[in-house]
Amino acid sequence: MIANYGYKDGSGEFFIAIDTDKCNGCGDCVPVCPAKLLAMADDEYDPLSEKTVVTVIEEERKKIKYSCAPCKPASGRGPLPCVAACEPGAIAHSW
Amino acid sequence: MITTGIDVGAKTVKVVLMEDGKIRGKAKVLSGFDQEESAREALEQALKEAGLAREAIGSIVTTGNGRKAISFAKGDVTEARAAALGAVFLYPTARTVIDVGAEESRAIKCDATGKVLDFAVNEKCAAGSGAFTEAMARALEVPLEELGPLSLKATQTIPMNAQCAVFAESEVISLIHSKTEKADIARAVHDGLSSRVVAMVRRVGLDSELVLIGGVAHNPGFVESFKRTVGLDDVRTAAEPDFVGAIGAALAAAE
Amino acid sequence: MAELQEFWRWTEYTWNNPDVDWRKAKRIAAGIDVGSVSSQALILADGEIYAFSNLRTGSNSPDSAHKAVNGAMKDTGMELSNIKYTVGTGYGRVNIPFANRAITEIACHARGANFMAGPKIRTVLDMGGQDCKAIHCDERGKVSNFLMNDKCAAGTGRGMEVMADLLSIPIKEIGELSYQVDTEPAPVSSTCVVFAKSEALGLMRSGWSKNMVLAAYCSAMAHRVSLLLGRIGVEDQFFITGGIAKNPGIVKRLEKELGIESVKTKYDSQIAGALGAALFADTLLQKGGA
Repeated sequence: MIANYGYKDGSGEFFIAIDTDKCNGCGDCVPVCPAKLLAMADDEYDPLSEKTVVTVIEEERKKIKYSCAPCKPASGRGPLPCVAACEPGAIAHSW
Repeated sequence: MITTGIDVGAKTVKVVLMEDGKIRGKAKVLSGFDQEESAREALEQALKEAGLAREAIGSIVTTGNGRKAISFAKGDVTEARAAALGAVFLYPTARTVIDVGAEESRAIKCDATGKVLDFAVNEKCAAGSGAFTEAMARALEVPLEELGPLSLKATQTIPMNAQCAVFAESEVISLIHSKTEKADIARAVHDGLSSRVVAMVRRVGLDSELVLIGGVAHNPGFVESFKRTVGLDDVRTAAEPDFVGAIGAALAAAE
Repeated sequence: MAELQEFWRWTEYTWNNPDVDWRKAKRIAAGIDVGSVSSQALILADGEIYAFSNLRTGSNSPDSAHKAVNGAMKDTGMELSNIKYTVGTGYGRVNIPFANRAITEIACHARGANFMAGPKIRTVLDMGGQDCKAIHCDERGKVSNFLMNDKCAAGTGRGMEVMADLLSIPIKEIGELSYQVDTEPAPVSSTCVVFAKSEALGLMRSGWSKNMVLAAYCSAMAHRVSLLLGRIGVEDQFFITGGIAKNPGIVKRLEKELGIESVKTKYDSQIAGALGAALFADTLLQKGGA
């Protein structure tokens, strides 16, 4: 299951996609995010399952363009820490 | 030689007449629906203030959202270039220029000559610009120019969850219904805007000398919130921050 | 003094099935959807839809939940204690005091759509009061992909309310009026409702009629929603839920742009969330949870 957290507004589309089938629940991505956007939780989109996966915390979902800004400078962007930390490649950013 | 800069903004048109590095006259009118007409009007006013005739002015360069709409201009420059030129002219040590306008905000990294090295923009979304504070002032039933001073009287910081101006308006109304002090709400409004502006500035880096320009820099509540968000005791803002773009355009006209 | 007309107001209502005797049912399960603009309660008796209510959310989630369930139970003789399992969903789901569990509206909408429109539904679009959700599901209504936009008012019911207010047109007439134009105008260029509002004023000043402005705005919103859907793709069959499903001004333009028709059912498009929640409640009740 792919969960797209984020939003689209007048200025563009800003989504972090988490593939919960790929996510193995290791939690390595959580501490590397400087904006502390990620957390491990029960998969709320499959209410009858018990799997723990990574999510973007609810308070941050509507401002991820702004929260992710420090990792996305106007020029000279390096690899994103969360994406790099995820071995199964479950995390993707749309911008 | 006199040159003219016209900044055709989303809300107001600003005109600056410069001669040998000095401002001879300036004027500001609402942009309305006919930008060229408003630009003409502003130009007339500036000429009157300077005591100059229309024939006296040399090249006209425009900038701003409507910069291509002015048929009588010689040319135009981007908002980023105009902001950088104008800011460095006023403050030669400025290297990061933060322009917060009515509908857009931008952060510009520049060098000592006002050349743009890097920039980031918040555009097309009212929540990243003056349109946000305008909408909230209406919701609070407070005149826009009083919103800033009101926010300075706040006694507590409350979070504002909505990131969209339309939803924030509903949030403000429910805060009012739950008897929250308007001053505290006003502060939350400014904190919301400044957090979005600061996040944008972080994309070009907050490390060098900053100057705040643009109409919203007139708002003491915003400036105070910006300082708090960035963690600075002081941040430089131009004495008349909304004219800096037009100054930059006038300087570009002299090149 | 002329009465102030509230152009955004739509009709609240309650309904129950007079042919069903709930007292004979073994399982009474309920789903409560407390949204930011509207709230619904739906009661299932042995897995069949028994009663339903749809009303405007107040300033307080627990109160809205109580009002919704009381509305559904009105004239049935049922009391809250007769409901054996309640699932809450929607924006206010964690604040429903009598709910046994809260389940995200994404999962509930998919499950509800599957019941309402059938197991061939693969793409659900919910256009609600303050958000827009694009959901992919399987034949059982289980979510396989989703995207929610609740940050921005454009493409939401709230955005429509702003336009209705600006143009002084009752919200349920917007759709039809937007088609009463000679030619379809170009969409408004702003995707931000605040800027679209100024743009609309400018258009009217330059001679556009209200219907044309509506058409331009609906067109822009439909385009915007289609782009959002494009991010996860639209797979046949396609179903639209939520209040805006009742606005042909958006729905028809959206279908045209996507090149796919949405499935139409006899059910009210606004029940999907509460229905899905009630179905989950029924499943959990059968599993012995409470």
